[in-house]
Amino acid sequence: MEPFTSHTGVGVPLRASNVDTDQIIPAVYLKRVSRTGFEDGLFSAWRQDPGFVLNAEPYRAGSVLVAGPDFGTGSSREHAVWALRDYGFRVVLSSRFADIFLGNAGKQGLLAGQVAQDDVEMLWKILETEPGTQVAVDLQAREGRCQQFVFPVGVDDYTRYRLLEGLDDVGITLQSGEAIDAFEAARESWRPTTLPVLS
Amino acid sequence: MSRTLAEKLWDAHVVRKGEGDEPDLLYIDLHLVHEVTSPQAFDGLRLAGRPVRRPDLTIATEDHNVPTDPGVGRDIPIVDAVSRIQVDTLRANCAEFGVRLHPLGDVEQGIVHVVGPQLGLTMPGLTVVCGDSHTSTHGAFGALAFGIGTSEVEHVLATQTLPLKPFRTMAITVDGTLPVGSTSKDIILAVIAKIGTGGGQGYVLEYRGEAIRALSMESRMTVCNMSIEAGARAGMIAPDQTTFDYLQGRPHAPQGADWDAALGYWRTLRSDDDATFDAEVVFDAADVEPFVTWGTNPGQGLPLSGSVPDPSDIADANARAGAQRALAYMALTPGTPLREIAVDTVFIGSCTNGRIEDLRAAAAVVEGRRKHPAVRVMVVPGSARVRLDAEAEGLDKVFTDFGAEWRNAGCSMCLGMNPDQLGPGERSASTSNRNFEGRQGKGGRTHLVSPLVAAATAVRGTLSSPSDLEPVLAGQS
Repeated sequence: MEPFTSHTGVGVPLRASNVDTDQIIPAVYLKRVSRTGFEDGLFSAWRQDPGFVLNAEPYRAGSVLVAGPDFGTGSSREHAVWALRDYGFRVVLSSRFADIFLGNAGKQGLLAGQVAQDDVEMLWKILETEPGTQVAVDLQAREGRCQQFVFPVGVDDYTRYRLLEGLDDVGITLQSGEAIDAFEAARESWRPTTLPVLS
Repeated sequence: MSRTLAEKLWDAHVVRKGEGDEPDLLYIDLHLVHEVTSPQAFDGLRLAGRPVRRPDLTIATEDHNVPTDPGVGRDIPIVDAVSRIQVDTLRANCAEFGVRLHPLGDVEQGIVHVVGPQLGLTMPGLTVVCGDSHTSTHGAFGALAFGIGTSEVEHVLATQTLPLKPFRTMAITVDGTLPVGSTSKDIILAVIAKIGTGGGQGYVLEYRGEAIRALSMESRMTVCNMSIEAGARAGMIAPDQTTFDYLQGRPHAPQGADWDAALGYWRTLRSDDDATFDAEVVFDAADVEPFVTWGTNPGQGLPLSGSVPDPSDIADANARAGAQRALAYMALTPGTPLREIAVDTVFIGSCTNGRIEDLRAAAAVVEGRRKHPAVRVMVVPGSARVRLDAEAEGLDKVFTDFGAEWRNAGCSMCLGMNPDQLGPGERSASTSNRNFEGRQGKGGRTHLVSPLVAAATAVRGTLSSPSDLEPVLAGQS
C-alpha cells in the first residue's frame, strides 16, 4: 500500500447524510472480478442528475469529499472504497462513518477523517461559496486546512500509523505465525470443520 | 471480573493481545465465502503466493448473482455474462484453493447466512466472518459474527485471523410478550427506528429479555440479521435450550463426548449478572405493532397504523433534509395513511426472512385466498434445502394456488445483482433488509415489512396486516 502523509486537493461538498454504500456504488457494478476500474460506478445513480455536485466544474476534479453524518452505511462492499479511490478521491471527511467502511478505507489508503459536524458545515459553506477551493489534510498533524479555516481531523492511532507507513496487514499478521500455531493447537475438538460429513 | 457475552467470546479468541493502540489479533472459527466479495481476495493470495491457511474452516456458496427461475441448475448457463464470470471465478478459486463449495443446483446451495445455520456449522461460542454485512445473522446462536471487507476476506483466507479493536457493548432488552400479529421483524424495525441507522455504531448489540427468549431460532436470526442496519458490527443472543434443540442432530453439530463438552461450555455463554454494558436500551414488546418503513433507510419506519410523516415536524436539519429527499424518491405525500400505500410487488425471501418458519407464516396467511390482481408476488426460499422442506410440507402449492411465483434459492430481489429486480418507479413490500434508493433495482421503491405483513399486502394490494383481512369462508378456496 502506498503511504499517505498529507494531501491537498479540490474539496467537494456532498450535502447528504446516511450516504449508504449502495449509493456510493450500486450492486450492478459489483459483478467485476478485478480490483480497479470502478470509477464509472461511483455515485452512478446520482451522477445522472445534472445538478449533482460531481457533475459541476471544478468539483469534477475533486479529491477531498466532505459529506454529512453516517457516511458508508449498509453493505460491506469494499468496492465503495475502490470506487472513491479510482475516481481520484484520497480523503473523505464526515462527522461519523460506518464501521465497516472505516475499516475498508484504512486498508486501501483512503483517509476517512472524522470532522465535527460544525466544521463540516463551515467547509460546505466555503466550498459552495468558492467552488474549486482546495482542502489540505495533514495526517501527521491530524489537521485540515481550507483557506484560513483550520480544523482537527480524527484518525485513530493505529490506522494513522499504518497509513503513514503504507503497511500491509497480512504481512504484519504473518509475523505472528507461531502464536497462531499455538492457538490452533489448543482449540477444542467440538469446534466444527467444513469438511464434508460422511453419512 | 464480570464480563458480557461479547467480551467472553472476544477473550476466548485472542491469539495475540495488541500493545498500546495496536488491535488484538483474533482467531476466526468459521469463514463463509460467496462470489461477490471474494474474487479480489483470492487474486491477492495468488499474487503473494499464499495458500488458504484453513480450507477446513471455510465454506463457499453462490447466492448474490444467481437467477432464481425455477429449473435453473448448475449446468444451465447464467444468461448475464458478467454474473457468469463471477460465479465461474468462485468455482475456479474454490477448486484451486481446496475450498468446499455448494454451487447452483446443489442441495445445500443458498444464501450464505441460511446455509451456515442449517448445516449446523453456526454454533455458540464461535467467531464467524463473511464478506457480507448480514453476517450478524449468526449471532443469534451466541456466536460473535460480523461482516468484513474484501481485504479482510483475503486476510482471513491467508491467516485465519483478523486484527481488530474491541467493540463496545450495548444491551437491548425487550421485556414482556409480543402481541399476536407482531413478529421479530417488527421488533428489529422498531429498534432501528428508535436508535437510528448510526445508533449502534461501534457496538455489539446483545438482545435479551423475555420477548427475545420466547423467539424461535429463525426469529432470533431475523433480529440479529438487521443489527447492521442500526450501524452495529454485530448482534447476538445468549444461547439457551432453544439454541441447543435447534442444533442437535444437524450435520455438523458435535456428537457424543464433543456434544457434552460443547454443551458444558455453551451454558457459560451469557453475560454475567453484574456485567456492565457501555449502553443500554429497554423496550416493551407489548408496544411492538406491525412495522413498515416509509423512507430510504431502515431507520425511517413507523407502525403500520401510522401515516407518512411530515418532514417539517422534524427538528434536526440533516434528518429533515433526509426525510424530504426520501419522500421525493418514494413519491409519498405527508399525512397519507400507510395502509393506503399500494404496491406492485411483494417479495418474500432474503437472509432476513427466507427461512422455513417465514414461509410457513406467510403461507398460513394466504392459504385459501387469491392474490390481489395488480400485485406480483415472489416467494424465494433462502436455500435449496428450505425449498425442499417447504415443498415436502406443501407450501409451494399454497403459494402457487394463491397466484405467487415459487422460485429457486438465492438473494433474489433483496439486491439488484441478479435478474429479480424492480423497474423504475415500481413499489414493493419486501421482507428483506434494505430500502436504500435503487437497492431492489434502479428507481425501485421499497417498504420493509415482516412476512405476515407481506402476505396480507399481497392479498389487499396495499400495505396491510393479517388483521385487516376478511376471514376465509369454509369452502371458499
